[in-house]
Amino acid sequence: MKPRFNDVATVRSGLKKVNYLADDGIAGVVFLADRLGKPVLIEGPAGTGKTQLAKSVAELTGARLIRLQCYEGLDESKALYEWNYKKQLLRIQADKNSDSWSEVHDDIFSSEFLLARPLLEAITSEEPVVLLIDEVDRVELETEALLLEILSEYQVSIPELGTITAKQIPLVFLTSNNTRELSEALKRRCLYLHVDYPDLEREKEIVLNKVPDISENLADQIARIVRSIRQLDLKKAPSVSETLDWARTLMLLGIETIDAQEAKETLHILLKYQTDIAKAAKELSVTK
Amino acid sequence: MPVLDLMSGFIAELRNAGLPVSLTENLDAMEAVKVIPIEDRDAFKYALGATLVKNNAHWRVFETIFEVYFSLRGPEYAITQDGQPDDFWREMQEQIDQVNGQGEGKGSGGGMDSLTPEEINAMLMRALMSGDQAMMRALAKQSVQRFAGMEPGRPVGGTYYLYRTLRNLDLENMLQKLMDANRESSQQDLTSLEERLEKDEFESRIEQFKQEVESEIRRRLVADRGAEAMAKTLRKPLPEDVEFMHASRDEMQSLKKALYPLTRKLAARLARKRRHGRKGPLDFRNTVRHSLSYGGVPADPKFRYPRPAKPELMVIADISGSVAAFARFTLMFVYAIQNQFSKVRSFVFIDGIDEVTKYFKSTEDIGEAINRVNTEADVVWVDGHSDYGHAFEVFWERYGKDINSKTTVLLLGDARNNYHAAQSWVVKEIAKRARHVYWLNPEPKSYWNTGDSIVGEYGAHTDGVFECRNLRQLEGFVENLT
Repeated sequence: MKPRFNDVATVRSGLKKVNYLADDGIAGVVFLADRLGKPVLIEGPAGTGKTQLAKSVAELTGARLIRLQCYEGLDESKALYEWNYKKQLLRIQADKNSDSWSEVHDDIFSSEFLLARPLLEAITSEEPVVLLIDEVDRVELETEALLLEILSEYQVSIPELGTITAKQIPLVFLTSNNTRELSEALKRRCLYLHVDYPDLEREKEIVLNKVPDISENLADQIARIVRSIRQLDLKKAPSVSETLDWARTLMLLGIETIDAQEAKETLHILLKYQTDIAKAAKELSVTK
Repeated sequence: MPVLDLMSGFIAELRNAGLPVSLTENLDAMEAVKVIPIEDRDAFKYALGATLVKNNAHWRVFETIFEVYFSLRGPEYAITQDGQPDDFWREMQEQIDQVNGQGEGKGSGGGMDSLTPEEINAMLMRALMSGDQAMMRALAKQSVQRFAGMEPGRPVGGTYYLYRTLRNLDLENMLQKLMDANRESSQQDLTSLEERLEKDEFESRIEQFKQEVESEIRRRLVADRGAEAMAKTLRKPLPEDVEFMHASRDEMQSLKKALYPLTRKLAARLARKRRHGRKGPLDFRNTVRHSLSYGGVPADPKFRYPRPAKPELMVIADISGSVAAFARFTLMFVYAIQNQFSKVRSFVFIDGIDEVTKYFKSTEDIGEAINRVNTEADVVWVDGHSDYGHAFEVFWERYGKDINSKTTVLLLGDARNNYHAAQSWVVKEIAKRARHVYWLNPEPKSYWNTGDSIVGEYGAHTDGVFECRNLRQLEGFVENLT
């Protein structure tokens, strides 16, 4: 199969074109995922652009994005496939008299009566696909096993039909908020990418990129204040999306340079816990 | 050296450091190396990281080992011969001399050797001020060469050289000097907010410079001793394996950082376990109600799931010097998952005992509560040396009646009683009333019951004494507790 990207630099510049600012680590892993044909497991704090990465890669490669949102209680029939049993019943009733039993039997377990769920859909698709398995840490440990076959072999085994192998190797991204330890088996099959809060330069660039008409000076100040706040010992550090919300708010308020007072008054956009806000407000106004 | 040999040494070292690298991951890394050239060091590092390290807590360890094994690759990382400044350096210096207008022939030939420490210091300050990365790197190299006094073959650890280098650079005062200089250079007065931001900026630059120095020292040591020997001296335990009783300040910090994700995971796991408990008996009413939507056929049987009561917890912790860190971590741990218990009460003692539950109630910030425990709790009775016997006696007198059959009592400490009376009857009485009594000891098992440790005497009355030296053991214990 033809690789999608030539080298790491292409990935990076390509992602930039679709408005996703990747650092070396992110671009490198995406490149590697394509070359080795392996899924990528993305971990990191909430709001650092894990899901967005999959979306951006889909946009970049012009592939269709198929998304499987995980939740507790997700099972085979919602993730992989399900037999369309109403249709099967109809089929049986439609020509009760004509067909012989064996014909009907073979017929109702054909692909016509199969409802493809996201995972099956991703590997049977003719056109290129990016598969996003979102928040994989929410499913139970046992359900994880459902994913293993598709992640390592890109195939799905259906007892009545046999094994369906992928027509093309999709790029697979799994995201996790790390609420529980994923199984060794799953981790082993994936490339691992930890997406952390961006550093000062990158955050500033993201703000400049995503907030129209913002001045360089303000973006710089925002990035620096956010960095200082992240260094505090908080319940929930501000995420990138919260930084962007804050930047937009400041733009709407028509603020050009932030002073301590304005920062304090708009902190609730950045931080979501009262104790955190109090702490940050205290820290920011401390002289020295 | 061929890449393959280097790689196998590297992976062996990762395993030695405690990272679980499986065979398939090893093969993946080899595949990855094929498509990413070793010359692109950053991409190479991330490629190896993505295939070999599947837990973010292990990244630091990986990074150190990577540096040791691959720090001699790539031309820009070559070490300059002593006394022979490389071209890059000369260029830098010429630039500086031009800027300063005071380059009295130092730029050519003499190199850094003719600069006084004060001049180096001034240059460093300028580099930090402007955030000039290349200059900082060059200065780090130079100051190691000048100040560290490294001798080939000398069996001294990297920290010694680091200390020697940094002592000469006077980085402690650098921050203040930078702030002063910054204040002078700006036209109007800085607001407190701006000043604070500047300070954070400078701090991060100084930190960056320190790291440059550190890695330069490492690079030289590797050149001197070889990667394998060097990796061994640098080997550090993973955060969850750091011992509470012997953690350095840095390790304490990383322990603290590792604690919260761990508790969150544990809480999620416990909540899940509670919900997906054993199957209960059929809930007849519920089943009938649900059967209505199937035309009266009980197609969806409902069960009465048992809801196990959450245990009540009493933590009694020794917070005298040697085991204070352990007590602190255990309290933090317990309070971070307190919604897994119906009630948590905590007591701390040295030779007197005091209840500290209120500190945790009054604030959401566990760190602050712990601070107040350390400063405000009234735990000294006579001389501030551990006296388990007296503390237990007072506990029994004041709070003994609050223990009931739902209570689980946790005793934390090394049971080093300074040869006071043991009063182990208290533990026996507690055990009679409480559901469970456990003792957690932060000392290695081999030290128990040696010297003034009488953990055996107390332990005989409890449901179990557990060795709890690191976060991993603590987590394991708490998981089984609820």
